[in-house]
Amino acid sequence: MSSLINKAFQNAKNENRPALLTYTVAGDNNKKRSLEILKSISNYADICELGFPHNTPIADGGQIQTSAYRAIKNGIKINDVFSIAKDFKSKKKNKPIILMGYYNMIFQFNENKFLEKCKKSKVDGLIVVDLPYPENKSFAAKCKKKGINFIQLVSPTTSEIRLKKIIKDSHDMIYYISMLSTTGGILKVSPKKILEKYSKIKNQNKSKNVVIGFGITEKTIKSLKKADGLVVGSAICKEISNSINKRQNTVTNVTNIVKRLKNKIK
Amino acid sequence: MKLKRGIPLIDQHDQHGFWGGKFGGSFIPETLKKPVEDLTNEFKKLRKDKRFIKKRDHYFKNYIGAPTSFVKLDNLTNQLGGAQIWAKVVSEANGGAHKIYNATVHALICKAMGKKYIVGDTGAGYAGKMLSMAAKKFGLKCKIFMGAKDIKRQKPNCDAMRKNGAEIVPVYSGSQTLVDAVSECMRYWVSNCDNTHMCVGSTVGPNIFVKICGWSTAQISRELKVQLKSEFKKIPNKIKLINCVGGGSSAYGFWSEFIDYDKKQIELIGVEAGGPKNSKLHAAPLSRKTKIGILHGAASYVCQNKEGQINETESISAGLDYPGVSPMHCFLKDTKRARYTYATDEEALNAHQMVTKFENLNPSLEPSHAFAEAIKIAPKLSKDIIIIVNSCGDAKKDRDILRERLGKK
Ligand SMILES: Cc1ncc(COP(=O)(O)O)c(C=O)c1O
Repeated sequence: MSSLINKAFQNAKNENRPALLTYTVAGDNNKKRSLEILKSISNYADICELGFPHNTPIADGGQIQTSAYRAIKNGIKINDVFSIAKDFKSKKKNKPIILMGYYNMIFQFNENKFLEKCKKSKVDGLIVVDLPYPENKSFAAKCKKKGINFIQLVSPTTSEIRLKKIIKDSHDMIYYISMLSTTGGILKVSPKKILEKYSKIKNQNKSKNVVIGFGITEKTIKSLKKADGLVVGSAICKEISNSINKRQNTVTNVTNIVKRLKNKIK
Repeated sequence: MKLKRGIPLIDQHDQHGFWGGKFGGSFIPETLKKPVEDLTNEFKKLRKDKRFIKKRDHYFKNYIGAPTSFVKLDNLTNQLGGAQIWAKVVSEANGGAHKIYNATVHALICKAMGKKYIVGDTGAGYAGKMLSMAAKKFGLKCKIFMGAKDIKRQKPNCDAMRKNGAEIVPVYSGSQTLVDAVSECMRYWVSNCDNTHMCVGSTVGPNIFVKICGWSTAQISRELKVQLKSEFKKIPNKIKLINCVGGGSSAYGFWSEFIDYDKKQIELIGVEAGGPKNSKLHAAPLSRKTKIGILHGAASYVCQNKEGQINETESISAGLDYPGVSPMHCFLKDTKRARYTYATDEEALNAHQMVTKFENLNPSLEPSHAFAEAIKIAPKLSKDIIIIVNSCGDAKKDRDILRERLGKK
């Protein structure tokens, strides 16, 4: 049986466009609102990534850090993250949701219990920023057993041999980090260069869905539309911050930006 | 879980970088895999390279000023009326603290790898000051990440960094202390690892940084071993080596040559930061019951909440004000080779006052934590017991805090 994640990519392909993946932080700026945002943007996004916030993130830039700190300050707990995911899936059962975060949160919860909770909440996939290959092998295998996609990351620094091994061990989706940067950096590599590297990855195994993330905004998204999927995170988190500062409706504003992102890749 | 004999502790990890199967490792983003691997290979090569060792020893001797002295604190000993108290005065090292060993080695590695930029974290400002010195000496451009709170409370070291031409990047996130500085430094490295070398300021972080730092500070105990033999004709029968523990680089360096000895002969005592007397906050993951967690790329005992969020810490000593600790110290604790305790802010201040009153020594707030333990236990011990405290930092940097808390000029 094909996973929801695979299906989402297939749908986008049928429409001749890349899949749009959004990233928001669970609990930003509170539990109820982040669920509303998620539900609303999922009308335009193909796959929703939901971050479980950590207060010592070693690979996130300013925008996502701000969102994470805000969510933690507002009292978000890991069980709330699961309940947001569960609520979301009860309304949008065919929309894939991917949880994303740092390993210590999973480690403290207990790997097996965490996966059990994921399954119960109908989470489709997991990205763990600081659990690289091959250290992630056993956890990735546990995910697979539970029918949860473990999403491997590759970056411009990933060597050829490593790339081969990672792809071989990957599930349905691979995440290509576009450049040497934390999240939210300015795209400092030309789209052409990024796509060249992307093709190298894609050509190793055409059946894997390869998405590109980091530095993707309304300005840059169109130039990368050849990819299977594109992830936008910081631009969305930034919009939440802006809306709060301007006392505007976060749900409307964030939905609008996702709508515009979608239009750019149609 | 067992310690091995005859193998340096820095090398007693498994193939995944774990000590005792569960402390350490390399929990890093994919982007850092390659630079960490490159650094690992380079270090493996360099530490076997006779020319590199010669170079290291040359700079340790002529630039850092090895060996630092080993002295008996007669007045303090007489005052306390128990065990003999000695000090290894590591604060005599160029720059005023043990951080110069790690900084110098990292600068040499950076040069060997052909990188022109070097970045590092700092809490007390010593790691930053030393890296700025080494960078200047070896012609590298240097950036130092430092919590905004620490920039305020450790001004003399910040002045030194700027004078050496380093840029200080203030970090405003979280508690604005060392933990946030390390995070920000790692994030910077993620974005610039193609042309920049990163130095982690203690025996923490991904496995390779623990190793490089421990390899560098081990100089302290190599010197001490020679000094002990020359002072006592042999290694005495009853020694207690007391050292403050933040990340644990100074303690590891002070102990490394002596880990193989029976603990009945050489006891290793680590003193963490207990924080203000009546505060719940502290920076003592080893001595105040915490659980294992992942912080800055390694598994160690960590001050954290049930969910895995890292706790705020509090200590009068910026250098010890860190929620995690070296995986090697976690290993030494669980194998019971070392004993860990803590001193409160007040105890450290009292110790500082007492040491400076009786001795011609000016330990900074970090080693004052170690002196606090020495002062606590010495009166109960007999005269044949030799307590040695690593006085690993000079109190010049603590000028403002000491003035405020003790009315010192
Ligand atoms: C003088 C001094 N001692 C101790 C420490 C604590 O670090 P570590 O435990 O790595 O020696 C510091 C850190 O800044 C320091 O400056």
